[in-house]
Amino acid sequence: MMNADISAAARSRRADRRRAVVGPLLLKVLALGTVVGTAFALTPSLVGQERWLFLAAIWVIAGVLVATYATGRGLPAKYLVPGGLLLTLFVVYPIVMTGQLSATNFGDGTRTSKDETVARIIASSVQQTPDAPRYNLAIATSGTPQNGPYAFFLVDPGSGSVFLGTPEGLEQLDPGDVTIVDDFVTEPPTGFTLLTPSEVNAAGPELAEFAVPTDRGAIRQLGISQAFEGRTTLEYDEARDTIIDTETGTEFTPQQVGDREYYQSESGQRISDQSWLAYVGFDNYLRVFGDDRIRNDFLRIFVWTVLFATLSVGSTFLLGFALAVALNDRRLRGQKIYRAILVLPYAIPGFISLLIWASFFNRDFGLINQVTGLDVNWFGDPTLAKGAVLLVNLWMGFPYMFLVCTGALQAIPEELKEAAELDGAGGFTRLRLITLPLLLVGVAPLLVASFAFNFNNFNAIALLTQGGPFSPDNPTAGGTDILISYTIRLAFGAGGAQIGFASAISVLLFILTGVIAALQFRATKSLEEVH
Amino acid sequence: MRKSSRTSIPVVVAAFLLAACGGGGTDPVSEVAPEEESVEAPTRGDADLVIWTDALKEAAVTSVAEPFGERNGISVAVQVVSSDLQANFVTANAAGNGPDVVVGAHDWIGNLVQNGAIEPLQLTPDQLAGYSDVAVQATTYNGRLYGVPYGVETLGLYRNTDLAPEAPTTLDDAIEAGQAAVRAHAEVDSALNVPVGDLGDAYHMQPLFTSLGGYLFGTDADGGFDPQDLGVGGPGSIAAAERIHRLGEQGDRVLRRSISSDNSIALFTEGKAAFLISGPWALGDIRNSGIAYDVQPVPAFAGAEDAKPFMGAQAFMVAAAGKNKAFAQEFVTRAVNTEEAMITMFEGAKLPPSMTAVAESIAQSDADIATFAAAAAVAAPMPAIPEMSAVWEPLGKAYAAIVGGADPEKTIRDAGATIQRNIG
Repeated sequence: MMNADISAAARSRRADRRRAVVGPLLLKVLALGTVVGTAFALTPSLVGQERWLFLAAIWVIAGVLVATYATGRGLPAKYLVPGGLLLTLFVVYPIVMTGQLSATNFGDGTRTSKDETVARIIASSVQQTPDAPRYNLAIATSGTPQNGPYAFFLVDPGSGSVFLGTPEGLEQLDPGDVTIVDDFVTEPPTGFTLLTPSEVNAAGPELAEFAVPTDRGAIRQLGISQAFEGRTTLEYDEARDTIIDTETGTEFTPQQVGDREYYQSESGQRISDQSWLAYVGFDNYLRVFGDDRIRNDFLRIFVWTVLFATLSVGSTFLLGFALAVALNDRRLRGQKIYRAILVLPYAIPGFISLLIWASFFNRDFGLINQVTGLDVNWFGDPTLAKGAVLLVNLWMGFPYMFLVCTGALQAIPEELKEAAELDGAGGFTRLRLITLPLLLVGVAPLLVASFAFNFNNFNAIALLTQGGPFSPDNPTAGGTDILISYTIRLAFGAGGAQIGFASAISVLLFILTGVIAALQFRATKSLEEVH
Repeated sequence: MRKSSRTSIPVVVAAFLLAACGGGGTDPVSEVAPEEESVEAPTRGDADLVIWTDALKEAAVTSVAEPFGERNGISVAVQVVSSDLQANFVTANAAGNGPDVVVGAHDWIGNLVQNGAIEPLQLTPDQLAGYSDVAVQATTYNGRLYGVPYGVETLGLYRNTDLAPEAPTTLDDAIEAGQAAVRAHAEVDSALNVPVGDLGDAYHMQPLFTSLGGYLFGTDADGGFDPQDLGVGGPGSIAAAERIHRLGEQGDRVLRRSISSDNSIALFTEGKAAFLISGPWALGDIRNSGIAYDVQPVPAFAGAEDAKPFMGAQAFMVAAAGKNKAFAQEFVTRAVNTEEAMITMFEGAKLPPSMTAVAESIAQSDADIATFAAAAAVAAPMPAIPEMSAVWEPLGKAYAAIVGGADPEKTIRDAGATIQRNIG
């Protein structure tokens, strides 16, 4: 039905284009091939490890990429997919994982699954038989080094006796049957080949199962060249979920202690401090809201956190802005030198300057008291410590605001100021009515971001005061603690890392910071009306 | 393998925490994040035997590990984990990409065991007899040996012999001589440097605390620590707190929060302090400074109990989930467990050796090391039980408050209550 000429012309144009896009096309094929190839390459190991979710995710990603770029359709997707994938990978995925983790008791003591915990408790109970010799070991195989069957050639260095150890038992050999050098069997009887150290190491999982039964237990491998006799003193009865001490007959069953379970005897004796991962539902959240200490301290710390963030942003902005305006005057000589000097605090790695500042505030040996002749215990008084923290944060933060404001100032057209001048506006009026509003259009979102940053500015607190000073009766909430430093202490300070609990706190902090940022962005929208 | 995707969780959480710290992610008012380094687990090197240690011990561990690699024809990688080795090791081991051997302090053992991160070792009674009793006691947990110790450390009392010529027999003598030096010399500012800091320092206060009758945990029938018997808040600890209060800022001003582990050694090497309580790690700085000094075990207060500072043992441990467990066991129980290796570790790490024969031979040439070895032999191993992590912070802060002038009895009782609540 089509006009033949037009169709032919279109075809030839398309052919031209095809020739021109051969290079990019090749690249595209290569890139997509790499994606699919990677997915293929990862599949066997992921199947082996039974990581199904990961496997599905990788193929979904590969599928989305191929579908987007291999077909000609869906042009907007070509621009949205990379960002979308990265967003999912680095923002959505961690949030989902954190949420998931907050419903568990994951942390120190609960990192392993229950099966692993039991296996480790049983394996750790192997005890050496007293007075049994320590054998010199040479491991041999009558099959392959990878799969066995294995045999131990053992020499008792005390007596010089030689033994052959197999799963059937121990058998004394005539020293003439084998070659022995330095109390080690170096040449086994025919039918056996010795394993090299690397082969012994590689066969680790298989050899771990290998034991030579004896009257007093079993002989097991120890490293590459030693064997010892010992026995397992614990047994696990899977049907009753009980660990039994075969020597004393004591039985250990799982008992709930706090958010975890331990194998304990009836008298409360714990077989091991190792517990296991379990889902605890909303317990971690209930703990946040149900703890008296947290309830009492939270509001005070929240208020200080908001104050700290607000004052930090306000002071750094005012100082940075004032310096930017002052140095923006073209009559000033050596602008660049002044600017370079002002940016210096920003160039020093923050954790170094924070530690140096912390030493400046030392009461007896610090620079500040020595220079001023004061005897002020800066970090000993909550109010002074708050002031010190704000002062240091001002020093740390103003160069950033100075840089941002300098950039924004230079973007404001000179004509506007001249026009205002002609209208009879004075210097301060011009600054207030022309410069500041125009500057804020660009800078306001950065102020919001800066607020969010300082809201969670863990470093400033941790490296200066570590949250202190603390009142003697409350070592968990200090005078300069902000929410993040306080909650990190709650989650990691007492009783090891409580990652499940920490996740619950992160989710709550995330919601809090998100709400505040949303409110602030709504407020800054009004600034856009300036345009 | 039931590892599922859970294994990557700590890293992800950390990433999330960081993302939260970063706020908008665009605004680095200060772009530092020291915790960023500590949460990012190091990657395991590619070798037949991978050892993780910290920067101070890298050279020594390398010189022990390399001959072992050559003898067995395998490659060896000694990797430095500069921040939070213990936590990184636990995380990496659980994820299956940790090292085969880790070199660390004995007081990690309780936490490592509760995380299933290390394996017990089988040394013969004869082999163990070669080590000092406290070192074996320290590396034994729940009746099992978990580390081969190569060095022991504890606190001693350093004295500036120009300022205080006489070796004191009691801490009271030391304080008196120190105060006399402060009065006599304008540049001397401190009689006795005991690190306190604004947040307190339970480690350095321990010799004073124990001499005055305090203890942290009682021991059970097997000689292990009993978390049910907490000494903080008890009568001994209250007596100790009262004395610490009298020595503090409202009293004799011997103990001060302005002296912390950051500046106590420097103040001593500058000649501003007559006495210093510190460990063998301070020897290097003190020797380099050229001041005239002597060191002795921390003496007791007059008429009081012995001062028992913490003893720490540094040890080689075998990872539970290492890829080369046979080499790891062979290395730790055979290669490290020799006099030559122990001498090499001493040359590199300069810690008093835990192997008795080596300690004796080195004592001939280095009197200070002999002093610290003797002090360690009578010190009490730092409790390795996981409950210890609930002690450090509340107790340290209580010390800081008491030194600052807070009511000693109430403060130490409150600290005891807090610790009890954290232990559960």
